Amino acid sequence: MLRSEALEAIYPELASCAVVTIMGATASELYALGHRPNFFYLEHAMGLASSMGLGIALSRPEETVVVLDGDGSILMNLGSLTTMARYRPSNLIHVVFDNEALLSVGRTFTTATGTGSSIAAMAEAAGVPRSATVDTVQGCRQTFREALASRELTTLVAKVAAQGPANYHIDVHMLENRFEFQRYLTRDRHKVG
Amino acid sequence: MPVSETNSQIVYTALKDCGVRLMSVLPETWLVHLVTLAEADGDVTLVRLAKEEEGIGISAGAHLAGISSAMLMQNHGLLASLNGIVSLAQLYRIPLLMLISLRGGFGEEHPWQTEGGMVTEALLETLRVPFERLQTPDHVAQRVREAQTLANAALRPVALLLCRELMWED
Ligand SMILES: Cc1ncc(C[n+]2csc(CCOP(=O)(O)OP(=O)(O)O)c2C)c(N)n1
Repeated sequence: MLRSEALEAIYPELASCAVVTIMGATASELYALGHRPNFFYLEHAMGLASSMGLGIALSRPEETVVVLDGDGSILMNLGSLTTMARYRPSNLIHVVFDNEALLSVGRTFTTATGTGSSIAAMAEAAGVPRSATVDTVQGCRQTFREALASRELTTLVAKVAAQGPANYHIDVHMLENRFEFQRYLTRDRHKVG
Repeated sequence: MPVSETNSQIVYTALKDCGVRLMSVLPETWLVHLVTLAEADGDVTLVRLAKEEEGIGISAGAHLAGISSAMLMQNHGLLASLNGIVSLAQLYRIPLLMLISLRGGFGEEHPWQTEGGMVTEALLETLRVPFERLQTPDHVAQRVREAQTLANAALRPVALLLCRELMWED
């Protein structure tokens, strides 16, 4: 499965969620499907997308928060699995696109998930109440919907090919994206009356 | 334990008076009373971290979601958070209030704290993180308030250093 296909499969559901993606290929592929004010592309700070998602989920219990993570990124912040599990916000879905590589650096350097480490098993051992691994588009769509319906913290590992987009262009400046996303998250405060 | 309960309460009250509603912490000796206060406070979301850098992400998320937060850590936690500070809080203009216990200064008895103590302030200067020392109870409320005001105006991280004179009763 390509990550772009997996993203396409869950894209309709993302319309009503606050979405935080990691940098590079994941961000660009989501952007290519159509930007929305509820999408935040964390264009750097490797490892912290899941922590940001946790911060949003704890601050806005009424918002469904989806983190689109990568294997290299979560491997850099494995403690985050234990912190998410500890507070287990019911409104957080942690998707990890596991391409077994650090793809966005330009050459595919294998990560430890390519040599046997399992992120789903680590999430489960960390105490994340629901975790699953999928490797088909249909499985991804269905498991993501189940995660949404479960109202339980879920780590969903989607095994994808180490293939990125044709280009990494995102025509929204990082700060524009940041302020737009903040406005989305605090939209109830901007209502008139 | 000679950590000052009275002054910990003063710092805690100052944070609450500034509207801080989420605190992410990694405990250490000087912070025990502050963490205990947060644990007992139903109005504050306490996030106990596995590593300090996570707190930068959590505070960034909380800020964008409209919640004021603070981080409580020791200076070695600052060292463990550097990329998050630069590549998230500064790059994305996040007002981040960091309360950092300044271990390893004059009076420090533990050899393992001393290297960190010697680089903390120079490091904050290098990072262009504005900081003030919290040394006596009388200036705590004002400095905490002013730190938060600057962070919100500049949309950048700021630091308050919890000093030995304030936190420790020999
Ligand atoms: C601290 C740090 N080290 C290295 C990099 C360079 N870097 C940019 S993207 C990336 C790979 C990310 O890997 P992963 O999360 O698996 O996502 P993928 O690129 O495979 O989609 C790396 C190592 C960085 N941004 N930050």
